[in-house]
Amino acid sequence: MNILITFILGIISSMLIDNVVLSRFYGICPFLGVSKKVKSALGMGIAVVFVIVLATLICWPLYNFILVPAKIQFLDTVAYILVIASLVQLVGLFIKKYSPSLYKTLGIYLPLITTNCAVLGVAQGNTDQALDFLSSLANGIGTSVGFLVIIVVFSCIRVRLESANTPKAFKGLPIALITAAIMAMAFMGLQGLFSGINV
Amino acid sequence: MSREKGYTKQNFLKGLFIENPLFISVLGTCPALATTKSIEAAIGMGILFTIVLICSNTLISLLRKLIPEEIRTPSYIVVIATFVTIVKMLTNAFLPELYSTLGVFISLIVVNCIVLGRAEAFASKNNVFDSFIDGIGMGVGYTMALCIMAFFREFLGTGGFAFGNIFTFIPYFKLQIIPKGYEISLFTTPVGAFIVFGLILAVMAFYKNRKAEYQAFLQRKERQRKAEEAKAKAAALAAHKPVEEAK
Repeated sequence: MNILITFILGIISSMLIDNVVLSRFYGICPFLGVSKKVKSALGMGIAVVFVIVLATLICWPLYNFILVPAKIQFLDTVAYILVIASLVQLVGLFIKKYSPSLYKTLGIYLPLITTNCAVLGVAQGNTDQALDFLSSLANGIGTSVGFLVIIVVFSCIRVRLESANTPKAFKGLPIALITAAIMAMAFMGLQGLFSGINV
Repeated sequence: MSREKGYTKQNFLKGLFIENPLFISVLGTCPALATTKSIEAAIGMGILFTIVLICSNTLISLLRKLIPEEIRTPSYIVVIATFVTIVKMLTNAFLPELYSTLGVFISLIVVNCIVLGRAEAFASKNNVFDSFIDGIGMGVGYTMALCIMAFFREFLGTGGFAFGNIFTFIPYFKLQIIPKGYEISLFTTPVGAFIVFGLILAVMAFYKNRKAEYQAFLQRKERQRKAEEAKAKAAALAAHKPVEEAK
C-alpha cells in the first residue's frame, strides 16, 4: 500500500510540482513549435507519453543489468539516445501497421520526438538520481502526462492569442513566451502541495 | 565550389547575427532558459556547446561521403552523443563545479536542435574547413545570446553582477547596483526566464518590423518621386507644345 502511495505521489509530483516544461525546461522546442493547433498539440502530447513511458521501461533495465555489470556506465547517454531513436522508429512502424488512423494523427510528430529533450532528460535524470525502477516509472509517467497536459492547455490559449489584439512586435512567439511565463507563475503556486504529507 | 572573397568571414559572422541560432532561428531554447541564471553558467554552457558543435561539425563533414543517406540522422546522433560524453567526462573530472551547476543539461546537448540542425543543413553539404568555421560562428553566436539573457536575468534577479571564475564560480568581486532588498528575485526563477526571452524576441521583432516599414517607406517615396518626375516631364512637354505649334 505504501509503495502504491509513493508511486502515485511520485507521478503527481513530477507532473504538477516539477512540471517538465514550466519548471524543468525540458521540451521547450515542441512546446513552442507544435502548439498552434489544439489537435496537433494533442497528437504530439500522446506520442510523447507513448515514447517516454516505453523509453523509461527499457532504459532502466538497460543501465542496471547491462551497462553496470559491464562497467561501461559512461556510455549511458549514447545508449539512451540510440534506444530512443530506434524506439521512435519502431513505434512508428508498429502504429503504421496496426492502426493507420492513429498513424495519420501521430505519424508526423514521431520523428520530432527524437530531439525532444524531455525523453532523454527523463532517462538521464533517472540515472543521475539513481532512482529505483518504480520511482523511475513514476517519473516517466508523471513527466510525460505533465507535458501532455501543459501542451494542450497552452495550445488552447494560443488559439485565442491568434485573434487577440496584441501589439505588432509581440505577435507570434513573444506573446506565447509571456503567456508561458504567466503559466509558470501559476504552477509555482503548486510548490507546497505535499508539504503536509510525509512520504 | 566557387569561393568568393571574404566568404569565410561571412560564414563566421552569419552565426553571430543574421542566423543567430537562439534569437533568429529560436533553436536550442531548453538550455537557454535553464542555464542562464548567472553569466558564468551561461558562458560555461556556451563553451561546452561550442566545443561539441565544432567537433561534430568537423567530423560529420569528414564523414559526409561515407554516411549513407538513409541512416544519416542516427549516425549524426551517435557522433554528437560521443562528443557530448567526452565533454561530460572531462567536465566532471576537471571542472566539478560547472558540472554540478549545469547538471543534466550537459547530456542534453545531444538533443539540442542546433547541433543536429547544423549537421543536417551545413556539415553534410560543405567541406571540412567551412564546417569548422560554421561551428565556431554558431557556437559563439549561441554563447553570446546566452550571455545576453543571463545579463538581464542576473542583473534584475540579484541586483548586480558577481564577476567570478567561469569554471569554479569563486567570485572575484561583486558589484551591487540595485540595493539589497529591492532586487526582483522572480527573474532567477523559470518565470523570469520566459519573460526575458519573450521580451528579447519582441524587441527583435520590433526592429525587424521597423526596418521593413522603413524599406516600404523608401520604396513609396521612390515611386512618388518617379511619378512626380513623369508628371513634370509631361507638363514641360505640354508647355512646350503650343510654342512649337505657334511656330
